[in-house]
Amino acid sequence: MDWKVLLEQAPSGGMTYLGWLWSGLFWTLAVSVCAWVIAFTVGSVVGVLRTAPLRIPRALATAYVELFRNIPLLVQMFLWYFVMPEVVPREWGDWLKQDMPNLLVLPFAAQFSLWEFTAAVLCLGLYTASRVAEQVRSGIQSLPRGQTGAGLAMGFTLPQVYRHVTLPMAYRIIIPPMTSEFLTIFKNSSTALTIGVLELTAQSRQISEYTFKTFEAFTAATLIYIAITMTVILLMRSLEKRVAVPGYIAQGSGH
Amino acid sequence: MSTPESPRPMIDLRHVSKWYGPFQVLKDCTTKVEKGEVVVVCGPSGSGKSTLIKAVNGLEPFQEGEIVVNGISVGDPKTNLPKLRACIGMVFQNFELFPHMSITDNLTIGQVKVLGRTREQALEKGLKLLDRVGLLSQKDKYPGQLSGGQQQRVAIARALSMDPIAMLFDEPTSALDPEMINEVLDVMVQLAREGMTMMVVTHEMGFARKVAHRVVFMDHGQIVEDCTKDEFFGTARSERAQAFLSKILHH
Amino acid sequence: MTEFDWGVIWKYREALWDGMLTSLKLFAIALTGGIFFGTLLAMARLSHWKAVSAPAAGFVNLIRAIPFIMAIFWFYFLTPMIVSKFTGQQGEAVGPFTSAVVAFIMVESAYYSEIVRAGIQSIPRGQPSAAYALGMNYWQSMGHVVLPQAFRNMLPVMLTQAVILFQDTSLVYVVALKDFLGAASKAGQLTGRIVELYLFVAVVFLVICLAASWGVKRLQASLAVTR
Repeated sequence: MDWKVLLEQAPSGGMTYLGWLWSGLFWTLAVSVCAWVIAFTVGSVVGVLRTAPLRIPRALATAYVELFRNIPLLVQMFLWYFVMPEVVPREWGDWLKQDMPNLLVLPFAAQFSLWEFTAAVLCLGLYTASRVAEQVRSGIQSLPRGQTGAGLAMGFTLPQVYRHVTLPMAYRIIIPPMTSEFLTIFKNSSTALTIGVLELTAQSRQISEYTFKTFEAFTAATLIYIAITMTVILLMRSLEKRVAVPGYIAQGSGH
Repeated sequence: MSTPESPRPMIDLRHVSKWYGPFQVLKDCTTKVEKGEVVVVCGPSGSGKSTLIKAVNGLEPFQEGEIVVNGISVGDPKTNLPKLRACIGMVFQNFELFPHMSITDNLTIGQVKVLGRTREQALEKGLKLLDRVGLLSQKDKYPGQLSGGQQQRVAIARALSMDPIAMLFDEPTSALDPEMINEVLDVMVQLAREGMTMMVVTHEMGFARKVAHRVVFMDHGQIVEDCTKDEFFGTARSERAQAFLSKILHH
Repeated sequence: MTEFDWGVIWKYREALWDGMLTSLKLFAIALTGGIFFGTLLAMARLSHWKAVSAPAAGFVNLIRAIPFIMAIFWFYFLTPMIVSKFTGQQGEAVGPFTSAVVAFIMVESAYYSEIVRAGIQSIPRGQPSAAYALGMNYWQSMGHVVLPQAFRNMLPVMLTQAVILFQDTSLVYVVALKDFLGAASKAGQLTGRIVELYLFVAVVFLVICLAASWGVKRLQASLAVTR
C-alpha cells in the first residue's frame, strides 16, 4: 500500500495525481448535473404526456420511453458521439467534431473538447429522461383518481389540474425513486469515458496506468463515489422531510 | 380427568418469561399438559396466549424459564428443534397451507422431506387423513380454491400426517366466517375424544365446555387462572376472568 | 451526409455473430450466477446473526454505490491476482473473459439480492412458521416453502432486470472484450463504416429488448389474472 503516490506530481495538467482525481470528480459532477437537468425536464414532460387523455402525444411519449429504454446506454453514447456528426449536413458535423472549443480554459483543465462533453450530457440526459418519465407516470397514477375529477369540478383546465393538484403530490411521492435515478445518472456518467471524457473512473484508471498503483487509485475513486452517494441520500432525505404533507405517508419512505 | 402415565407431563412450562425489548409479553408462566389431556387457553387479545403456545414448539424464543416437551427442553440450544417439532402438530390461525402446492403435496411434503417416508407411504397416509376430515374429493385442488373452513381442516390433516404426540392449536377458528367454525370444531372434538393431547388457544367456550379437561386464562402476559373446566365455568374466581367470560358469552 | 453502405454488415456477419455469441454467453452465465449468489446474499442479509448480515449488506451497498464500469475494472484487476495467489500460477492464469464473467456475476448478484430480499419479505411470516412447525429446518423451509413462492412473486421484476443485464453486457467493451458491440466497433475501425455498424447494433438490441419486455408484460398480465 502506497498512498503517498497520490501526492506525486502527475505527468500532465500541472497537478498531482490527487488533482487528477478532483478534476475527474469535477467532470463526473458536471456531466451528471447537466444531464439531470435534461432528464428531469424532458422526463417530466414525457411522463405527463403518458398519462394525458390525448391519443397521439401519449403514443409518442410511449414510443420515446420504449426507444431509449431498450438500447444499451453505451450504444446510445456511440450513436451520439460517432454517428450523429455523420448523418447531419457535413458542415455541421465538421463543426461538431473539429471546431468545438477545447475545454482547457476551465478551472479543471481537460484534454477533451466541448463536443465530447455535450454528447455525453445529451446521451445521459435523454436516456435517463425515459426512466424519469416512468417514475413521473407511476407517481401520477398512484394518486387517487378522484383528485383529477375534483380539480376539474372546481373549474380548472386540465393543465391547471396537473400544475396545481396532480404534480405537486406526484413529485413528493417520487422523491425516493428520483433520488435513485439521480444516483443512477451519477454512476452511469462513467460510460462517458468511452468517448474520451476524463471523468472520475477514467482518471483513476489513468493513474493506475501511469503509476501501477491500481489498488490505491481504484480505492480512492471508490471512496469518492461512496461519499457522494451518501451525501445525495442524506440531502434527499432532508428534502423529503421538508416537503412532506402532514398526515400523508409517501410510499417508499414507510418503515 | 386423565391420570398422568409418565412422571413428567407431556408439555411442561415452568416460570416462562419473554420480552420484546423493554416490553414483557410473558410473565412467569407456569402450566402443563398431561398426556391425553385437552387444555384450552383463553384470554383477551394481546394477553400473550399466542406467544405462549408458539413458545411450546420453539417458534417464539423466550428468555427465562423452561419448557419441556416429551422430556426434551425447548430452550436448550443443543436441542434439535426440527426433530422436536416434527412430532408436535401445529394448526395456525391463518391456516398457512402452502399456496404453491396442491392439497396432496401439502399433506405429503412434511412426511417425505422431514420423516423420510416414501412418496407412496406419504400419499396413503395423507389421503386417509384427508378422507377423515371429509375432503378427499378436493385432493388435487390448490389451497386458494378452498373455503377457509376447508383449508383449516386440510391444515389439521397435514399436522396429523406427521403422527404427532401432541397438537397445538393457535386460534384455529378466529379467521373463519361464522358458518364455517363448526366444521372445524367438529374435527377437533373428535380428535379430543380419541385421546389426543391438545393445547388449544381459542375463544370458543362451547368447545371448552364439551371436551376440555382444564382451562387456562391469561391476561397481560400472566396466567391468571389455571383450573379444571368445572371450576372455571362454575366459579371463575378472578374478576378479570369473569369480565372476560361475560363479554365472550354475550356474543 | 455520407452515402450508406449496408453491405459491410453482411461482409462482417461472422465476426458480428461471434460477438453476439460472446454477449449471450456472458449474459447467460451472469444471469445464472447473479441469481444464485444474489439469493444467497439476500438470505444472508435477512439473517438474525449480525456477523452474517453485516458483511452481506456491506458488499451489496458497496457494489451498488459505484459505477458498473468501475466494478468491472475492480474485478478485472482483482480476479487474476486472487486466482494466482491461490493456484500459485503467475500472469495468464485467468483470461479476460473469466475476469469479465466474475465482474458481472458479482455486480448482478448485488442487484439481484435486492430483488430476492424484497421477494422473501413479501411472503407472510406464517409460511416459514408453518414449515418449521412441520419439523423442517432452515434450508428445507427456504427451499420448499419460501423461495418457490418468492420467485413466483418476483418473476416479472427478475425478467426486467435480465433485460437490463443483457444491455449491460455491452459494457465489457471497456476491457476490450469482443462482444457484439466490440465486434461492430472493430469492423467499424477496419472499414470506416461505423455509422452503419453502430446503427445496426442499436437496432438489433432494440428488437431483442423490445420483444423481451413485451413478453414480460404479457407474463405479468397473465400472472395478475391467475392471482
